[in-house]
Amino acid sequence: MAQNITAPLSGKVISLDIKVGKKVEEDDEALVIEALKMENPVYAPCNGTVKEIKVAVGDLVEEDQVLAVIE
Amino acid sequence: MMSRVFSLFESTGFAYLTPGMVFMWAIGVTLIYLAIARRFEPLLLLPIGFGVIMANLPLAGLMHPGEGLLWRFYHYGIQWEVIPPLIFLGLGALTDFAPLLANPLLIFLGAGAQVGVYLTFFAAFGLGFSLNESASIAIIGGADGPTTIFLTTKLAPHLLGSCAMAAYSYMALVPIIQPPIMRLLTTRKERLIRMQKSRKVSPLEKIVFPIVATLLIVLLTPAAAPLISMLMLGNLFRESKVVERLNLTSQNELMNIVTIFLGVSIGATLSAENFLRRDVIFIFFFGLFAFMVSTATGVLLAKLMNLFLTTKINPLLGAAGVSAVPMSARVVSNVGAEADKKNYLLMYAMGPNVAGVIGTVIAAGVFLAFLK
Repeated sequence: MAQNITAPLSGKVISLDIKVGKKVEEDDEALVIEALKMENPVYAPCNGTVKEIKVAVGDLVEEDQVLAVIE
Repeated sequence: MMSRVFSLFESTGFAYLTPGMVFMWAIGVTLIYLAIARRFEPLLLLPIGFGVIMANLPLAGLMHPGEGLLWRFYHYGIQWEVIPPLIFLGLGALTDFAPLLANPLLIFLGAGAQVGVYLTFFAAFGLGFSLNESASIAIIGGADGPTTIFLTTKLAPHLLGSCAMAAYSYMALVPIIQPPIMRLLTTRKERLIRMQKSRKVSPLEKIVFPIVATLLIVLLTPAAAPLISMLMLGNLFRESKVVERLNLTSQNELMNIVTIFLGVSIGATLSAENFLRRDVIFIFFFGLFAFMVSTATGVLLAKLMNLFLTTKINPLLGAAGVSAVPMSARVVSNVGAEADKKNYLLMYAMGPNVAGVIGTVIAAGVFLAFLK
């Protein structure tokens, strides 16, 4: 079953720690969103394989936006 | 021959150096060191530090009333109350009030954190400071530099440099001072509370807010008008989306320009005779006390609110009721993440944080109404 990684707050993606096809474990750091000059790590919600990444470093994202899909 | 040499020596500053001046240089250099090596509020502490050195140069007369360069900056910028409101214009352009509008209940936390200010006011008065001095010292607890400067200039100008330096120092020390108090006053279970998703705030609400807030707050506390109206004008620049140039100028170029004059002028008020007094130790002590109490009362008020709320709020948010924006919100976010790394409190904490700015300005307005 696919699960989305969504943005917990709006901000700018400043690093991506996942790659399509790579395995991730629950609570692994997936990417970092910068908001108010503060780095907010976003974690994988479950174990699985990264199926799709929908953002790139430098993108501005809104709260709840889907950032990546894990299967 | 010897007398010639002596008169030559007398024409230099060396002949007029006092130990107090040299001590103030050390203070200035310390501030510059903290700014450069420790990144403590460098945009402010660096010009303040250099201003301290400039104001303590014998014969240079930079703070000489009527003619000194720094005196002019100070007189026309700060005594004429031009600079602090301009800083607030920039802050307004930088501030997103959406977190507050999404959750208006959080405005109480911005008010709760002013308790430290009032407690300190009575404590300082009890210990022999005048009413005006007590108010200037107490407002440090709001951790708001421009408001501290605004109020102190009006009530106790002789304490201006010390109060401003204390306010900016504690702003820089927010990440050190606040977390122990927050951990002490909350249980782990409380720190784990996740906030309910906030509603989306419409663009119309964001435009109406600065106008209505100006009317309401200035009608309530007219003395707060210079700061509040400029804060809200800057915010209207931001939210209207039609004056991007004014918005960007307010939050960047103009803010940077006035910051230079603010910093050196504040530094320049720190002459040896103004600073090397026993009072100064008390100012720093009471300022810290005010700031700690404000942090604590913010957290305790959040806990009190939880007794009545069906949807609980994370009491850490209360600590963001002081107006160090966005430092306190970041601290709340970090302390929350210690307990649960997937609990993102940052944006929620911005609600009480921006409410805290308004709260501190209102507190200053109330002092002015009573004491002026």
